[in-house]
Amino acid sequence: MKKLLIGMMLLTLTMTPAIATARSYQISVSQFVEHPALDAVLKGFQDYLAEEGVDAVYNVHNAQANMATAGQIGTQIMGEKPDLILAIATPTAQAVAQALKKAPHMKTTPFLFTAITDPVEAGLVKDLHRPGGNITGVSDLLPLDKHMGMVLRFYPELKKLGVLYNAGEANSKSTVQGIQAIGREKGFEVIEATVSKSSDVYQATKSLVGRVDAVFVPTDNTVVSALESAVKVCTQMQLALFCADVDSVKRGAVAAMGFDYYKHGRQTGAMAKRIFNGANPGEMPVESQQELELHLNLTSAKQMGVTIPQALLDSADKIYE
Amino acid sequence: MSWYAALGALEQGLLYGIMVVGVYLTFRVLDFPDLTVDGSLPLGAAVSAVAITHGMHPFGALGLAMAAGFLAGMVTALLNTKLKILHLLASILTMIALYSINIRIMAGPNVSLLGVRTVLDWISDLGLTGYWAAPLLFGLLATGVTALVIWFLHTELGLTVQATGDNLRMITAQGVNTHNIIILGVGLSNALVALSGALVAQNQGAADVNMGVGTIIAGLASVIVGETLFGRGGITRGCMAALVGSIVYRMAIALALGLKWGAFAFTPSDLNLITALLVVGALMTPIVKKRWVRS
Repeated sequence: MKKLLIGMMLLTLTMTPAIATARSYQISVSQFVEHPALDAVLKGFQDYLAEEGVDAVYNVHNAQANMATAGQIGTQIMGEKPDLILAIATPTAQAVAQALKKAPHMKTTPFLFTAITDPVEAGLVKDLHRPGGNITGVSDLLPLDKHMGMVLRFYPELKKLGVLYNAGEANSKSTVQGIQAIGREKGFEVIEATVSKSSDVYQATKSLVGRVDAVFVPTDNTVVSALESAVKVCTQMQLALFCADVDSVKRGAVAAMGFDYYKHGRQTGAMAKRIFNGANPGEMPVESQQELELHLNLTSAKQMGVTIPQALLDSADKIYE
Repeated sequence: MSWYAALGALEQGLLYGIMVVGVYLTFRVLDFPDLTVDGSLPLGAAVSAVAITHGMHPFGALGLAMAAGFLAGMVTALLNTKLKILHLLASILTMIALYSINIRIMAGPNVSLLGVRTVLDWISDLGLTGYWAAPLLFGLLATGVTALVIWFLHTELGLTVQATGDNLRMITAQGVNTHNIIILGVGLSNALVALSGALVAQNQGAADVNMGVGTIIAGLASVIVGETLFGRGGITRGCMAALVGSIVYRMAIALALGLKWGAFAFTPSDLNLITALLVVGALMTPIVKKRWVRS
């Protein structure tokens, strides 16, 4: 009897549903890993909907970088029967897509993805302009020409650019190929340094010292997680460090012309609102972020021995002293 | 925990259960702590994903994945037996090498299997769809594989594998070439792990080079959970306990994912902590049970 009682208590504990008020939307979120940029996406999404007066109740799940857990979160969400699913980053979006395939009762549930570089190669949609089904989202494909344009304004004579990334990340691999193509056109060589985990970043940055004019970090989850190691080496060795996301400037990169992932999330939130107002996700083209922001860090520039052209100082959206 | 989440956990438990039986084979039967699994799980996924996208039958791709896993295990065992590298280090070396090899195999870090025919489509062709197809198929595969392993361990060769783990000096005195037995055992274990990885990839819709992270942790936890709940009595019981342990472990994660305490909700980042606590809870049950029976 005692056993039964305790068992029932445990059961009720786990089964208490979230208290939902009338006319509110339930949104299930599957995020791959805790990471400043991905966290900013979620915050932007939630803030936008809150400001627009959309009453939303969230079930946020985080796979803590574990693929098996990402798969389980997929089935977990099928059980939550939300009004909308949001998947942040490629592995979780793939896991949700696969779970949806097996859940006939979720056939009409809208599915938004965000912070995904190449939704076509990830197998999520066949056509960016007409995704079909109930799936659409926002892609964070980098406008690489703009990024490299910024680096070239710092270093018009750039000969060798070091690129620090994890060869195990699909997004980074396609970015590096893009940078190489621009390099061939503009006449600089790309020196790659790869890591496989955050703890490799320090050593990989050191390997670039003396071989490159500047270092560029794409939106690579592994390297960005341990950006401080790269900042440290670059400060010691007077090497300029540029990034592809503006959050990294606050953490010590000289400059970045890039996404504000918070805005990325807001853009995704706007798509969610349109869906709640009756739009058909399958007919909404996959969006990408158009406006880029230039962020500069004067302290890092000084420490890394970089002079910032006056024109860039004038056009910066945000300057860290 | 919702019905779907429970079925999902059962599905994952069965899928990874094949891996856990493999870990049981090295960790308990052979007494060979083998970390290769963190690399051989994505290896199996990579090989099967690439094979399928090149037009191979999904079931044939499973066989190819097992062969690749066997080779990976062989490398670890060869490093250990022939080059006298400590088993832990030998397996770590193979594991980190496999990271690069897997990227080579996939020509990149991730191969998508969304929209491609997998083993699951084969069973849904039979008319079974939705949530039941996956647990049923993986249940059949996992119990079949476990039964085969149990059968193998009772053949003459299998008994030699057992004896190699139990008493190396005795079995050497019997004139058995223990090197070959270790190579066979570790190879077999990693073939199972790779099979598990191949099925995970086909089930999750993608093979990813990072999907092996934490495999050995889940494997060891599942083996020990199984042993604690079902006791360590012989090989047959051990193999079955490994499979059940895997399901219990995944149920703990599903429970942690759905945990809400009235108005107080855990934050998503608490997941690993809650999972650990739930496993501790599961491990406590035999002790608590004993106390209750006495009182």
